[in-house]
Amino acid sequence: MTLMKSLLGAAASLALTAGASLAEPALIFDLGGKFDKSFNEAAYTGAERWAEETGGTYREIELQSEAQREQALRRFAEAGANPIVTMGFAMADPLSTVAPDYPDTKFVVIDVSWLDVPNLRQVAFAEHEGSYLVGMMAAMASKSGTVGFVGGMDVPLIRHFGCGYAQGVKAVNPDAKIVANMTGTTPAAWNDPVKGSELTKAQISQGADVIYAAAGGTGVGVLQTAADEGILSIGVDSNQNHLHPGKVLTSMLKRVDVAVYEAMKAGDAVETGVFTMGLAEDGVGYALDDNNADLVTDEMKAAVDEARQKIIDGEITVTSYYENDSCPALSF
Amino acid sequence: MDVMPKWAEVVLVPLISLLLAAILSALVILGIGEDPVAAVTLMVDGALGSTYGWGYTLYYATNFMFTGLAVAVAFHARLFNIGGEGQAMLGGLGVAIACLYVPWPHWSLALIAATISAGIFGAAWAALPAWLQAKRGSHIVITTIMFNFIAAAVLNYMLVTAMRPEGAMDPATERFAPAMHLPTLHELLAPLGIEFSKAAPANISLLVALAACVLVWVLIWRTRLGYEIRAYGHSENGARYAGISPVRITMIAMLISGGLAGMMAINNVMGEAERLVLNATEGAGFIGIAVALMGRSHPFGVFLASILFGFLYQGGAELALWTNIPRELIVVIQALVILFTGALDNMVRLPLERLFLALRRPTTTPQGK
Repeated sequence: MTLMKSLLGAAASLALTAGASLAEPALIFDLGGKFDKSFNEAAYTGAERWAEETGGTYREIELQSEAQREQALRRFAEAGANPIVTMGFAMADPLSTVAPDYPDTKFVVIDVSWLDVPNLRQVAFAEHEGSYLVGMMAAMASKSGTVGFVGGMDVPLIRHFGCGYAQGVKAVNPDAKIVANMTGTTPAAWNDPVKGSELTKAQISQGADVIYAAAGGTGVGVLQTAADEGILSIGVDSNQNHLHPGKVLTSMLKRVDVAVYEAMKAGDAVETGVFTMGLAEDGVGYALDDNNADLVTDEMKAAVDEARQKIIDGEITVTSYYENDSCPALSF
Repeated sequence: MDVMPKWAEVVLVPLISLLLAAILSALVILGIGEDPVAAVTLMVDGALGSTYGWGYTLYYATNFMFTGLAVAVAFHARLFNIGGEGQAMLGGLGVAIACLYVPWPHWSLALIAATISAGIFGAAWAALPAWLQAKRGSHIVITTIMFNFIAAAVLNYMLVTAMRPEGAMDPATERFAPAMHLPTLHELLAPLGIEFSKAAPANISLLVALAACVLVWVLIWRTRLGYEIRAYGHSENGARYAGISPVRITMIAMLISGGLAGMMAINNVMGEAERLVLNATEGAGFIGIAVALMGRSHPFGVFLASILFGFLYQGGAELALWTNIPRELIVVIQALVILFTGALDNMVRLPLERLFLALRRPTTTPQGK
């Protein structure tokens, strides 16, 4: 009896110390996987930057299926990880039930802005503004007057990307034709480079000579095929210019890495609430580096930078797809 | 007739198989430069070291009990139902329909309705392969496997087009009403003064699964139908000679099997997620095959094997969370257990039988003379 008691006591105190020592942040990648060269990889980059600068460590898990979301959240919360950074709109529902159960833990979610949970930091990006800029560049670089858009999963978020892009294209060339396709209707569409490649070929046969991929890991196939077929492509989320130097016109940067880095840096004191990162906050933008310097003309750069300033000043308004679930420049 | 005593057959064979699997797994973990002892400690601690761990272990075990029983019932009729995964997916659809579109006043009514609905959906999904097997001789292994893919596509279609709430991005149904909330073990045990983790998903479906174990035992060994199923499984010709209709037994065994697999959904869809998501089954339908093999198609064996696989699942998840052992390797460990307990059964059994024969000979020969 006493032996049993002391054993149990020892186990309990062990569990307690294990919990206390674990005030490190956790990061939950979405189904696209950590190395999707895009959305999730941006989060990884941000987390690694934090780890390098502070010497801290963090816990991470790559989700394998939809059913794991809530379990992963609870496991990290039970183990005392704080804050818990999660990726993607699909975390919204699990968070809305799990987060209230752990009021002392701070949660962070990227791409969600509509929840009412006090201990949650919600970071949304003005993707339509960034997409507008790369749309302008696509229209200027296109010789055929036809540009393409390959989306990942067919959800309002991706239509939001496509809508901003189409408006940017039309701003430069009102007669331009925009070919838009979605990869699929399930989360598997975030990680299907083969389908991305097929869609790219189909769009090329319709005359597209610049294609924008907003499709997570699927975009790798789009960029690859575009490079193979000798047309230009536009990357998304992370700077993807280096994947095919001289073949990727630019990348629509969505600074998920900054959002993750800042959340981890603030630690358990991270500010909660809804935060939107647009052009003004440098949350979105376009990428310019050695790999695409020859592709982006001075004229292009001047036009895009001017538009950027005008959007920040409110002189140009990019219509958001969310406003009334439709797009003035493109029908999906 | 028996070469080995019963206890050796039931306890020793699986135990030695497990031991072999464990040794090989340890070698694999060593091979990638991790510490096997630490890994096992973490698994045991994470799965059995707290009520939280137990809650997850039992939650997974509940899934496996249903699918294991499903495969076991079909095994008795010598039918290999590999379609548990698809049947459980369709069962999820049945649960979602029962819970979303009927305003049940109390969870107990909802549970009964959802169980029946899940069972019907699962059974319906098994009916076509069963009919094809019984009437057309299409091999049940092939047809049930293919039906898994069709089930995934059906669920995909339903969630994307029909059941996704307006304006939602995630292909999933909306949450079930709060009245449908099944009591978790925490809520069940609290009145008894037993503290159980609030976060763990194990719920009252565990009791339904245990009841199903008992009912399957009664069915197989205590009813006329069960006798017919077993007779058919042992010898189709013999059964036919005795006036047992192969078509009838094939259909009934597969319908029961599909129904049991479908009923798994009350645990994962109604008890845990409280909404229907894609891939809700997480491979439990396939684990059911291993569970039934290891449990020798006996409900009590299925129960024990389910707990073991629940432990492997939960322990494996803890490994994925807290070590650098990749998730794929955890699948390797699970696969080794399945390989040794299921496929390589005779590797352990035959030497053991020889050993027992050798032990018996000196005592039996003098008596014979």
